[in-house]
Formats: sequence, C-alpha cells, structure tokens
Amino acid sequence: MAKDDDKEQTLGEVLRQQGVSRRGFLKFCATTASLMALPPSMVPAIAKALDKAPRPSVIYLSFQECTGCAESLTRSHSPTLESLMFNAISLDYQETLQAAAGTAAEAALHDAMKKFHGKYLLLVDGSIPVKDDGVYSTIAGKTNLQIMKEAAEGAAAVVAVGTCSAFGGIPKANPNPTGAVSVGDLMKSGQIATKPLINVSGCPPIPVVITGVLAHYLTFGEVPALDVHGRPKVFFGETIHDRCYRRPFYDQGKFAKTFDDEGARSGWCLYELGCKGPTTYNACATTKWNGGVSFPVESGHGCLGCSEPDFWDKGSFYAPLSTGHWGTAEGIAAAAAAGAAIGIGAAAMSRRHQDTISKEE
Amino acid sequence: MDLLTFARGPALQWSVAIFFLGVLWRLFGVFLLRRKKDYSKPRSTHLWRGAIKGLIVHLWPYKEFRPKVVQSYILGYIFHIGLAIVVFFFVPHILFIKNIIGVGWGGLPNSFIYITGAVTIAALVAMLVKRIANPVTRLLSNFDDYFSWFVTIAPVVTGLMAAAHWGGRYEHVLAVHILSFELLLVWFPFSKLMHTFFFVVSRGTTGALFERRGTSA
Repeated sequence: MAKDDDKEQTLGEVLRQQGVSRRGFLKFCATTASLMALPPSMVPAIAKALDKAPRPSVIYLSFQECTGCAESLTRSHSPTLESLMFNAISLDYQETLQAAAGTAAEAALHDAMKKFHGKYLLLVDGSIPVKDDGVYSTIAGKTNLQIMKEAAEGAAAVVAVGTCSAFGGIPKANPNPTGAVSVGDLMKSGQIATKPLINVSGCPPIPVVITGVLAHYLTFGEVPALDVHGRPKVFFGETIHDRCYRRPFYDQGKFAKTFDDEGARSGWCLYELGCKGPTTYNACATTKWNGGVSFPVESGHGCLGCSEPDFWDKGSFYAPLSTGHWGTAEGIAAAAAAGAAIGIGAAAMSRRHQDTISKEE
Repeated sequence: MDLLTFARGPALQWSVAIFFLGVLWRLFGVFLLRRKKDYSKPRSTHLWRGAIKGLIVHLWPYKEFRPKVVQSYILGYIFHIGLAIVVFFFVPHILFIKNIIGVGWGGLPNSFIYITGAVTIAALVAMLVKRIANPVTRLLSNFDDYFSWFVTIAPVVTGLMAAAHWGGRYEHVLAVHILSFELLLVWFPFSKLMHTFFFVVSRGTTGALFERRGTSA
C-alpha cells in the first residue's frame, strides 16, 4: 500500500526513488507504445506524460470472484512492467493485497474515496449480485451493489478487470442463482453512476493488458478505443485464431483429433478438439502468458473463449465450434412424426377426393 | 443470448424440426397418392431396369436437345458438385454432421474449399443471368425459382464472407451464415428444392414408364 506522502509525487519521481533508471523507464514507455500499437514517435510523448503524471489513486474492489484476476495481475516476474506499474500507482484498497483488515481497511477505502473524489481509478473484479437486494455477497455489512454505487460515484473511470466484472462471467452462468450482473449492466440500468468504462475481460485477463490500459489512461487521460464489448481494441481487436501460430494448419485442413495423437504432437490445429479461438478476441496469441512463455493453445489445449460474454454457457469446451446446440432430439422426432402424419392425411384426403370424382363421373 | 448462440441453438433446432416435418409431409403425401392404372399391355416388365436406365440416360441431354441446353447442364453440374464439395468436405461442416450422425470423414484444404465456393457462386450467378436473359425461362420462372436460388447461394456467400472476415465481426457473419443455412432448411420442403429427393423418383418413374411402353430412350 502506498504512503500518503507518495500521493502528491509524480510518477517519474516515484519510479526514480525506487531506483528505476531513465533507460529502464524509456524502455517501459517504448514497450507500452508497442503494446498499444502506437507509433515509435509517441514514445517521448508517453515518457513525458507518464513522468509528470500525478501518482493516481486506485481503488480495487473485489466482488463475486475467485481472486484469479488479482493473482494474474500480481503474479509477475521481477522486474516486470506489471510490477513497475503497480509500484507506480497508489493502490489504496485491495482486499487481498492490503495489510489492513477490518475497520482499518474500510477506513482506508473511505479515506481514498473522499480524498480523491472524482479522480481515482476504480478497478472492479467480480460480478455484482442484484437478486434479493444483493444479499448474496456482502462486505462489512454492505452489499456489493451498495459498495459499487458509492465507489462509482466518485470514480474518474472504471476498469472492469476480468470476465466476471466485464460480462458477469461464471457467477452469471445459467441459472444465475444470485442475479449476477456486470459493471456495465449496472451502468446501463442506472443502478450506479455512468462513468467511462473499460472492460478488460479474460478469466483471468492478461497482466500486460491491464498495465497497458492503465498506461494509456495515465498518458492520454482518456479511455482507449473500445470494441463493441467495451474492450480496448488494441488488445481485443483480433481473434486468437487469426493470430494463432497454428493457423496455417487450420488452412491446410490438418487437425489434431485427440490430445495425444500424432497431429497434437505435430502442433496441428485444435479446432476439432473444441478450440474457441475463431470467436474469441484477446491478445493471448501475441502477448502470451507467464512473461511471454506461451499461451493455452501453445500448451496443447484449445482456447476456452474466456474473454467473451457468457463463455460458460456456450456449450462444451471440447465440442468443435461448428457443432450445433441440440438440447434433446425429442422435438425433431415429434416434428418428423407430425410431418409423416400430415403427409398420410393429405394422401388419404386426395384419395377420397379421387373416389368422389370417380363416383360423380 | 447473442446472435451466434441463437443461430446454433434455438434457430437450428426449429429449422431442423421444420425441415423434417416438411420433408416427411411431402414424401408421405406424394408416395401414398393413388397411381393411375395403366391398362395397356406392357412391352416389358423389367420396370426397375427401366427406372435405373432412365436415371442414367437423363444425366446428359439427348443429342437433339444438346445445342440448346448443354450450357445449362454444365452450369448445373458445376454448382451442384461445388455445393457438394463445400458442404461435405469443409472440416467445420464435417464436424457439424459428425455431431449429428456420429460419423465423420476426411476434409479438404480450406483453400480448395474457398475456390470451389467461388466457382459455385459464379455458376449460380450465371444460371440466374441465363434464366432472366431468356424470355421463355423468364416467363416460366416464379417466386419459388428466385427464392430457391437465393437460399442456395446465400449460405455459400456468407460462408466465404466469414472465412474472409468480410462484412463485420467473425462471430456475427458466422451467425448470419448459419441462419442463412437454416433459412434454406425451412424453405426446402415447401419449394422446388425438394427435387433433391424427387428427381430420383421422377426420373426413375419416367424411365420405368418408357420401359413398359418399349420407348427407346
């Protein structure tokens, strides 16, 4: 957690205090520009903006979630861009990471909300239950909805970290017993204040994506260009399939049939094993995970589509994307029986009609 | 529910149900019709042989008609074979069928499928142009002909668009592709597309009649 006196310092000052060299800082800026698909000419602008940016207050709220997103963001290898960014912001409230507990933790939250009203960045992790007045998840006697309402009021912008807060995620999966909704849903329904919202989906999201989004916000003071689901286009502009190194095998019609056959060992496409890469927008195939080591498809498992809305309710992870969702075959059998019955009836009517005509003749 | 989930779920279930209902309705309705009695003395009783002969002989136009219709036959073959290749040899389609009937087979490389799809579209467009350009076929054509053409070409066009990432986000174009196929399924039993089933019966019956009457062809 940051000390109070840090909060008036600029980002550059904080980084220099922590021994980050000018070279390291510029390298960070260049990498950030590259990640955000900005031209190299923007690097000095980013460096200048970040150097002079006031150290922002960040409040990180966790609701119906598994802490996987926070794990993802913090499980970085030292020294990384992620850790730089997390040292550079003033993380004033994060239940998993903060030392304070109980009333002291709540006090830290309220202090930050009051002191930086209208200026703090609100990071939200987890979906918000609204059924039965939101009783299914409470913190310090308040429902998630109440906390979200208060916190959103004074936020400069909201970043929904992870699929649960961006789209409802697993808590929202059918039959959604808690009435879980996303942050965007709450804004749309007017239950919380409408603020600039960035959805950084993924279960969990890629660490570098969240730092990239934060860097963009610090540099330009605005949210980056977003796609139809409110996600930064720069990271969610292309599908896993389009950027996948196994894509040539898809085009050649070479597919692994099982997880341990010759095709799988040869690195062929995992489409037949249920890979959802063609309909999943994320940066896994380019930024990769664990410091650029690999990503799920590279490790031999198809993409689950975890950064897409309702990914949990879109059929089996192991059913190929092109298969239908049939439910039961009873309806089709009933339709076939009905068709046969109508056909027989029509033929019988025709025969009777012929008989009538014959008699008349 | 997003468009793709709708297309792969409820829309697929309903369209397949309507397809089976309609196809069985028409097959039962037609097969159970009373056949006209033929009181003439048969010149041959090998009616099955005549039926099979009729099917084979009518695969290609008679010499006398050839100059006028051979182009249509060729175009017809191109798009029918093209459709068969695209429908039955594109791996995602095979997986779709395998999911239903439990049996799959080897697919062809995507590039071959894409080229075949493009050729199929070209043949279908040429067929339409021929139909409209000729005053006789134009006069004979009705809504069924044009709409059947549309529901046949639409899945091929949208399929290629999905593959080429044209016309919007992939999942939306894919959903439109599946929906266009479902439109085909729904329209199929109640239109001239039923020739898929009936051409065998009608050509076979004609062949059998010819055999009975001792007609040379």
